[in-house]
Amino acid sequence: MKVKVLSRNPDDYVRETKLDIQRVPRNYDPTLHPFEVTREYTRALNATKLERVFAKPFLASLDGHRDGVNCMAKHTKSLSTLLSGSCDGEVKVWNLTKHECVRTLQAHEGFVRGMVVRYCGASFFTVGDDKTIKQWKMEAMGYGEEEVPLNTILGKTVFTGLDHHQKDGVFATCGQQVDIWDEQRSSPIRSFTWGVDSFSCVRFNPVETELLGSCASDRSIVLYDMRESMPLKKVIMTMRSNTLCWNPMEAYYFTCSNEDYNLYTYDMRYLQRPVTVHMDHVSAVLDVDYSPTGKEFVSASFDKTVRIFLKDGGHSREVYHTKRMQHVICVKWSADSKYIMSGSDEMNIRLWKANAAEKLGVLAPRERQAANYSQKLKEKFQHHPQIRRIARHRHLPKNIYHQTKELRIMKEARSRKERNVRKHSKPGTIPVVSEKEKHVVTVVQ
Amino acid sequence: NKGDKDGERSEEALQHKEQKPQKTRKRTREGDEIKLDPFPGPAPIPEDRVQKFKRKEKTKTPHHAHYKLRDMIVRSEEASEMAQKQAARFDILLPEDAGFLEGDEDEDTCTISQEDIALDVDITSGAKYFNLKLSQFGPYRVDYSKTGRHLLLGGRRGHVACIDWQSKQLMCEINVMESVNDVKWLHSEAMYAVAQKKWLHIYDSNGIELHCIRKFNDVLRMQFLPYHFLLATASATSFLQYLDVSVGKEVAAICTKTGRLDVMCQNPYNAIIHLGHPNGTVTLWSPNQKEALVKMLCHQGGVRSVTVDKTGTYMVTSGMDKKLKVYDIRAFKPLKSYFLPAGASCLSLSQRGLLSAATGDVVQVYRDVWNTPVSKPYMAHRVRGTVWGLHFCPFEDVLGVGHGEGFTSMLVPGAGEPNFDGLDANPYRSAKQRQEWEVKALLEKIQPELISLDPSELGQVDQATFEQRHQDRVQALGFDPLARQKFVPKFKKKGRSSAGGVERRKKQVAHEDQREIIRKTVEDKMKMDKERKEREEKKKAMLTSQRSALDRFKI
Repeated sequence: MKVKVLSRNPDDYVRETKLDIQRVPRNYDPTLHPFEVTREYTRALNATKLERVFAKPFLASLDGHRDGVNCMAKHTKSLSTLLSGSCDGEVKVWNLTKHECVRTLQAHEGFVRGMVVRYCGASFFTVGDDKTIKQWKMEAMGYGEEEVPLNTILGKTVFTGLDHHQKDGVFATCGQQVDIWDEQRSSPIRSFTWGVDSFSCVRFNPVETELLGSCASDRSIVLYDMRESMPLKKVIMTMRSNTLCWNPMEAYYFTCSNEDYNLYTYDMRYLQRPVTVHMDHVSAVLDVDYSPTGKEFVSASFDKTVRIFLKDGGHSREVYHTKRMQHVICVKWSADSKYIMSGSDEMNIRLWKANAAEKLGVLAPRERQAANYSQKLKEKFQHHPQIRRIARHRHLPKNIYHQTKELRIMKEARSRKERNVRKHSKPGTIPVVSEKEKHVVTVVQ
Repeated sequence: NKGDKDGERSEEALQHKEQKPQKTRKRTREGDEIKLDPFPGPAPIPEDRVQKFKRKEKTKTPHHAHYKLRDMIVRSEEASEMAQKQAARFDILLPEDAGFLEGDEDEDTCTISQEDIALDVDITSGAKYFNLKLSQFGPYRVDYSKTGRHLLLGGRRGHVACIDWQSKQLMCEINVMESVNDVKWLHSEAMYAVAQKKWLHIYDSNGIELHCIRKFNDVLRMQFLPYHFLLATASATSFLQYLDVSVGKEVAAICTKTGRLDVMCQNPYNAIIHLGHPNGTVTLWSPNQKEALVKMLCHQGGVRSVTVDKTGTYMVTSGMDKKLKVYDIRAFKPLKSYFLPAGASCLSLSQRGLLSAATGDVVQVYRDVWNTPVSKPYMAHRVRGTVWGLHFCPFEDVLGVGHGEGFTSMLVPGAGEPNFDGLDANPYRSAKQRQEWEVKALLEKIQPELISLDPSELGQVDQATFEQRHQDRVQALGFDPLARQKFVPKFKKKGRSSAGGVERRKKQVAHEDQREIIRKTVEDKMKMDKERKEREEKKKAMLTSQRSALDRFKI
């Protein structure tokens, strides 16, 4: 007779001393873990609920400006530094970790229209309503010294926007035309015009560094190559675009914020129709900025909210608002992709988390593991009705809630009418125009 | 296919490895022999282990799928394959092996007595064979806790005892001064339920009565669903009731209208309750439906006992017609039928699929009843009184038998799962670990609404709702947004867009859809032809191989 009976040595399964951690032998046999799907579903449901519980995105409000914040600039080398310019010509430099202003200077008379930090991080440029471009040193002046710009250029017209080249001493301004400047010269090295009288924004492409995009007041977005003497092409839309931002990871794509409450992501090569139309705002969109990962972007709107969109998502994944925040004029996504800064009309700069429920600070390995696991679960079960309902739920201010509803009703009515017209006319005479095609008037090469 | 790919990969890896050392070696020592890795590439994994962790068939990418969907499918496929392989690799490293019992030549294993086994094995295992002589309050019902450490005995005449049976420590012993119909551990060893003469009572491990639940009367049998925290009870008034023990609420009360319910078991795979009835039927119940999900006629005469195996594949029933039947519970088909001369009053299945059947005062254990026709038992043991309760101990090679004269703990080698999962049911857990487990288990308590015949239903695509929503959308939009667009030939220059040319191009595309179908049918046909030919050739070979009487004259 040969016999073997299960006989475990408890020493293999129990910790030796109280100072050890407990032993947890695993066996991943699926038959020992019944109800796999339903248990995971329950976990996902719990994780989704907890995410909503922990969603506290607002971190700090930086006050100190004496007028609305009109523009902001990220420091190119330091994560904790933010520059902001207000409507009274004042520029402030902030330390974000301490939530305090480290430097104030009166840069312009009238609005500070644009601001950009040089790629080396040693100096920054501002343009203002007083028709000047000024270059400032990043370091604060010594005690008792007067704040004087390194360099001042007096232009012929008002400048409305400014951007710096990624790695050369060249910058671009816009106003009545788009000018390319060499830092060493006091007159532009190149000027682009295409039959329009004013531009609101100009941006260098961060990947293809010689390319520029600009938004013009004749509802067009114009693209340039710095090496050529003429603009490349432009697309005319039904409404004016306020700003545009290039995707930092995909050279072809840019997103523009439009007056018609939408944002449009375009592929530079095919301007006939936008790649995605991002809807959700209920008023004009004023600013947009990409996250450094290029997967998401944040938009600021006149409807007093900040929204975060996925780059290919038609609707926002997140909306931030507070009772006190007024029209949001400018917004920036921090270079470590964790924070969002928004500057608004009522003189404050607000600091938000990019992921509302994320835990800040250093995570223990097990903590991170658990967070990753629950993230994956949420992704896996995101389409289940109960989970989706909880995950999508956001509190909105009453007026925005009603406005959204109103807009939806209007849109439905329009589409119903179009459908009825199509139904009662000769087949083929009224073509189906998709939402993407609706907003583009024409493309001019 | 998968194996081929692996092979290629390992070959590639081999080549890389070959090249690298060559270079370095040449530099250091000329003419020295190059040592090759004798086992290049990742270690092979046995196919059956990989199969063990297979959750589903590979997803086929739809032909005209969107590139994003295609990408998603490919990624998730890769991830699941990797997980499967890793789990299979880990499986090799598991420390314990299952027990076994082999007789000598022409010695039946069923003739080996428990005493012999207990003498033959080590002392700790030998001590697991013991008898408790409790002749006063018997017969006894038996239940082991989920970790297998604790034993609960309930005597017909009111004696209830819980024992840490491995250390033989008595945790509590009470007499409820009432007849006891059934006893059951709840989610942990801190609480148990006792079905008494009139009401259902819940006690803690010190024997203190926590609750007397007056909504549950005349309970005869109980089952506890550990992942749902549900206590299912079957009563003499033909009610099947569910009690949520985490919140103390009655979840469902179903009147089965089938008379006294004293045969009950649960399907551990999908938490469906099986009830056996005096008219020979077995019915399947979930708390979400007032009617039985399934009614099966299993026996001529009443059903005496039902049990379902761990994987939810097989159901074993025994009836008054002295038959023992095995069913495939997924297809609801009978597989095997055995005749037991005395009939089996109690049945129990172990984690590794051993079946124990009690006939009178003899406990028989059968092995592999569903695959091969079994002629004699694997083990047999005679106890002192008529058997009333039978339960395999989880994670141990032990069968607990409650009978008229007390309790017998039998050694059944090969019954228990050798390797437990520490996060699910850990027999060696400390109090702290138990507390932590309890919190986690309560957090992921499955809602009773999710009980259904197929527990993976939640992970499948809800095609019906999608179609409905798509129809609504089509109606709202006035056109089908997912419909394929009509092919419009590109305009070509230099006179290549003549009317005839355009028509030709259209024609080329027109049959694209049909081509796919045609190709498939042709392939199927070829395959069938090939198979037929092979069969014919085999037949021919068979025929030719039979030598006729005249073949000897052939050269």
